[in-house]
Amino acid sequence: MSEEQTSRNFRANSAASIADSSLRAAMKNATDTFGTRRTAAFGAIPDLEGLRDKASEVRMQVLDNLPQYLEKFTANATNAGATVHRAHDAQSAKELIGSILKERGVKMAAKGKSMVSEEIGLNAHLEASGIEVVETDLGEYIIQLEGETPSHIIVPAVHKNRQQVGRLFADRLGVPYSEDPQVLTKIARKVMREKFLAADAGISGANFAIAESGSLVLFTNEGNGRMVTSVPKLHIAILSVEKLLPSLADLPTFIRLLPRSATGQAITSYVSLITGTRKPGEATGAEELHIVLLDNGRSEILAGECREMLKCIRCGACMNVCPVYRTVGGHAYGWTYPGPMGMVLTTLLTGMEKSYPLVDASTLCGACVDVCPVRIPLVDLILKLRVRRISEGYSDSREKLGMRFFGAAVKNPAIFYWVERVSRLFWPVIQKLSGKNVAGRLPEPSSKPFHRRMP
Amino acid sequence: MRVQLFGTCMVDSFYPEVGDATVRLLEHFGVEVVFPPGQTCCGQPAFNAGYRNEARGAAEHFLSIFTGNDPIVTPSGSCAAMVKHHYPELLKDDAKLAETARSAAGRVYEMSQFLVQVLRAHEKVFTGSGKLTYHSSCHLTRTLGVREEPLLLISALQGAEFVPMPDAMRCCGFGGMFMAKLPEISCALADEKAESIMATGADTVTGCDSACLMTIADGLQRRGSDIKVKHLVQLLAEGL
Repeated sequence: MSEEQTSRNFRANSAASIADSSLRAAMKNATDTFGTRRTAAFGAIPDLEGLRDKASEVRMQVLDNLPQYLEKFTANATNAGATVHRAHDAQSAKELIGSILKERGVKMAAKGKSMVSEEIGLNAHLEASGIEVVETDLGEYIIQLEGETPSHIIVPAVHKNRQQVGRLFADRLGVPYSEDPQVLTKIARKVMREKFLAADAGISGANFAIAESGSLVLFTNEGNGRMVTSVPKLHIAILSVEKLLPSLADLPTFIRLLPRSATGQAITSYVSLITGTRKPGEATGAEELHIVLLDNGRSEILAGECREMLKCIRCGACMNVCPVYRTVGGHAYGWTYPGPMGMVLTTLLTGMEKSYPLVDASTLCGACVDVCPVRIPLVDLILKLRVRRISEGYSDSREKLGMRFFGAAVKNPAIFYWVERVSRLFWPVIQKLSGKNVAGRLPEPSSKPFHRRMP
Repeated sequence: MRVQLFGTCMVDSFYPEVGDATVRLLEHFGVEVVFPPGQTCCGQPAFNAGYRNEARGAAEHFLSIFTGNDPIVTPSGSCAAMVKHHYPELLKDDAKLAETARSAAGRVYEMSQFLVQVLRAHEKVFTGSGKLTYHSSCHLTRTLGVREEPLLLISALQGAEFVPMPDAMRCCGFGGMFMAKLPEISCALADEKAESIMATGADTVTGCDSACLMTIADGLQRRGSDIKVKHLVQLLAEGL
């Protein structure tokens, strides 16, 4: 998916989204629902602010000592029977996973939801080498059938309504049309169960990894995640390096925060802890477990001024409340991660050249900062990226010229007031030149500005 | 008591009547209003777009105009937030300027904040009428932390009925340069805000930031609504 990044077309992408009424209705409906549920779920939590402080502290502690925690995790996961790999970038991660599967003659892999696998474009790579990949998260399955990418990090098919899903299933699976979510879920479950039993490998992500015990932690609702990680003999988990938590004692804080922030649930239906491979006498679990720790630019972010972005626990709360995301949907952002966390992370991971227009995708309203469970200062980070865009030479040349002029005028009242006067004289021309969507939305300047009314 | 009035560039060009109302209100409460000459813009357009040097220039100019120890009052939540929270950070590398910035930050008030916290104007009675709703602007609420003050003043408007709007804290779509760079999204947000306002059945919408009110007026106009848009200081000055 990284090859097809369209973040540079953010404005055109979002204009297209705005013209799509069913997309807008689906987005409004879903984000309103998640927002309301989130608020309700936190209503029952005493000292939410203290909990957010604690979560932020734990995440910073991990980031400040990441090499040590990675070493500890690797040692403990290895002791528990896993093979731990480090992948520097997307390409090496894909090749590594591809070769593990090929060496074992895997024809089909069942996959749990993983945004990191989306980030590196894992499915396309595996399919090009002849391995069938079946997404088993319902939302992921829907977009896989449609040939799309996720438009939300928690709810991948949030942009689709049930009628669209019904038609998709009828077209691709040859089942009778239905728009009843229960019927559609049953259909998907039937298809997936067969795939699970036939799959030679399971591929999953992880919400967290525990350094102290070498465990992986997965929060899921559909049960497919647990099947992917325990039914096939071979399990490959891929996660980015910053997903570590120091110890199991830190987990309850995140169990309280993550599901509530994400879907408004007190806890997800399943919280799976996977420590190593199946032990003698155990009924389930993979016999072979590979854990791929992906860097793909994280070390560089960690060394920079936007390192707090790596505190992110991928709850999606920031996008649900973001006025821009709610309006344009996730695909407009043009890469894996949308919304406030996405515009920052995308710019940091893929570089300014590929993503510079994304830096504008915020009104700086701060709704995201209100809800972030780990207190990422998203508005400050967006402002930092706007500064960086200028220093890296990706700012709009007219804007730059305009700002130079503003910078001179703002210090010189005579020029400043003269500009006001001239603007008033040429207002119809200015309105025409800027288009009806910009100065056309402003009222006419007053014939007697305020400073001339004051003694 | 004496205050320095920062009119703001939006009020200067587009909404001088908001400035007039601010003066009337302050003088009504016995406050001497000084309008330091040569004031321009707080620098938000540059700051929010990442142009730190230009924003720093604006901050330095502001601080050279607003000297002394009198409170600085402005009928704009976002301009007050700029002075209070971003000036000290912008100028932190120059010890002397940083000190001046901190001093200004310590004495800047958004108008509703000043009316309630200093003048206790909410304990007085103003004449109001009709059905009112209120837009809670982002920087006023989230950056400056002014949440209750405007509502207290609205409840002092006797004879007016207050109807809260759904999602009052959701952004109107202005966002400074945002409205010019992503006008399609900005208009969509203004339209959504206009619908929230229209859903209340109010005849007037009010708020504490002229830029937001301008965006709201634009959204309402596109929806063909005749709901009036007035800055809170206008409603209060009319109700004296």
